[in-house]
Amino acid sequence: MSEFLQFAFSGITVGAVYAMVALGFTIIYNASDVVNFAQGEFVMLGGMSTVFLAAFGLPLPLAALLAILIAALTGVALNKLVIEPARDASVVTLIIITIGASIFLRGIAQVIFDKQFHRLPSFSGDDPIAVLGASLTPQSLWVLGGAAVIVVLLYVFFNRTLFGKSILATSHNRLAAQLVGVNVRFVLMISFALSAAIGAVAGILVTPITLTSYDVGTMLALKGFAAAMLGGMGNPIGAVVGGLLVGLAEALGAGYLSSEYKDAVAFVIILAVLFFLPRGLFGKTGTERV
Amino acid sequence: MLARLKGPRRGGLLVLALVIALLPLVLPNRFYFDVAILIGINAIAVVGLNLLIGYAGQISLGHAGFYGIGAYAVAVLPAELGIPSWLAFLIGVAFVALLAFVVGRPILRLKGHYLAVATLGMGILIFMVVTNESQWTGGPDGMPVARLTLFGFRVSGVQTWYWITGAALLLGVWFALNLIDSPSGRALRALHDSEVAAQVAGIDVASYKLFAFVVSAIYACVAGSISAFYTGFVTPDGAGFLHSIEMVSMVVLGGMASTFGGIVGAALLTALPQFLTVFQEYEHALLGLVIMLCMIFLRRGILPSLAAVLLRGAGQGGRA
Repeated sequence: MSEFLQFAFSGITVGAVYAMVALGFTIIYNASDVVNFAQGEFVMLGGMSTVFLAAFGLPLPLAALLAILIAALTGVALNKLVIEPARDASVVTLIIITIGASIFLRGIAQVIFDKQFHRLPSFSGDDPIAVLGASLTPQSLWVLGGAAVIVVLLYVFFNRTLFGKSILATSHNRLAAQLVGVNVRFVLMISFALSAAIGAVAGILVTPITLTSYDVGTMLALKGFAAAMLGGMGNPIGAVVGGLLVGLAEALGAGYLSSEYKDAVAFVIILAVLFFLPRGLFGKTGTERV
Repeated sequence: MLARLKGPRRGGLLVLALVIALLPLVLPNRFYFDVAILIGINAIAVVGLNLLIGYAGQISLGHAGFYGIGAYAVAVLPAELGIPSWLAFLIGVAFVALLAFVVGRPILRLKGHYLAVATLGMGILIFMVVTNESQWTGGPDGMPVARLTLFGFRVSGVQTWYWITGAALLLGVWFALNLIDSPSGRALRALHDSEVAAQVAGIDVASYKLFAFVVSAIYACVAGSISAFYTGFVTPDGAGFLHSIEMVSMVVLGGMASTFGGIVGAALLTALPQFLTVFQEYEHALLGLVIMLCMIFLRRGILPSLAAVLLRGAGQGGRA
């Protein structure tokens, strides 16, 4: 039982990171119908920028804040310089464009930062908390808490604020939103900034646990994408549940089956789900959005 | 003019044969031969993938998996089971065809991003198997490949492999062109434009998609085997996600539904990193930049975009 709990803790922690990446996918996808494969690079930017800014002597909270800002600006630039000029391109072309962007960002990061692994100190020490015979690190709580805060903030933002609603309106019907006076270009810009900022937060929170390097983004993007698909693309609650499920399954698979195939678990699940529930767990039935 | 440029696909085949035949006269040294062979190998995979993406309109982000199986088949089977290399090659092709046939049907029911993530997952699972089963595959470090022996002759040398790759590419292009001009090819293009309309017109949409998937998987597998024989070494990178992306980029860059365009795309994206190594640490950033710029500004692909410009110059207008 304690063993199971231990695996579950580590699974939910990683799952919360996948959930944040999947949320990032969802926000951009809803606003623009683009699946942004450079999503993992925002996580990398968050972690790496914080590490290097902190190394310059900035206090950690300030470094983290600046890192989030850097990622958000990168997101805005990505939208402005790369996605917008290719607005009417096909799905395949847009997928390749964002993958090109992710290769580009990784290439730049490897020049600006370096190719080493880096870590941040845990935010509140390393003394594990004992829970029912298993132990939970304080940093895991930071990750889980961070993800929970983001989910609540997003919920309030999308359901209680006018601007959040205008993003939702844009995702439902861009033309109609434009007609009732929503500034669609601004909505797209904010969506990319928001999505990048969430990715950066995930990167900062998880760096003390998993370390970071210039190339951590690829696998995170693939698993976040898998998580978003699992939940049903475009559904924020689905993204969170999908992320947690992928993280849990991965940790349990690594614990009980084979640690070598840890990374395979996410993709086996995704294939199984797609074969039997082609629209994901919470996917809406109806017209295809391609 | 338009008809002459579009019509004689055989003319294109002739041009390709001439290029392959005459290229060795201008290639200055071994390095350029090496690049030419790599281009040829990638072009084979891309011509096949174009049948799936450009003609049948189905995306795959996992074809490097099939490429990897082709490569590892000729590496592992001779080394572990003593199977002759040529037979290992055929077993690899048969296995890939069967695998694509089995996984193809459920996967191809999906559309758009869902299809993308399913093929991506399939490719990554293959990558993980070749990476993790290190007792057979040598793991992440890869393994050497025994030289191909045919009728008692050891096939080796950069010149020999240049001609083999060239011949395989010609054969692949010839088959693809014939397929595209056949009723099957027309069915594929019909379902690219509208699956519903194709179905209404009596085309068995599911079977044709599966057909294109299996054929394109075999092309990728053959390319993988040739590459393993030529370099004498295989690593899991050939089966990796990035390689899948490279192949799709070559298809889109060269021009979807343009067989010769795919070869141009393969040539550009294969040659580019070889010459970008001059820029050392900026190599990846530049590669990403080139991919983004090409996709944004040459969206229909280099060859169709060029053809359109040329046709307009000739006072014809219209789409290529």
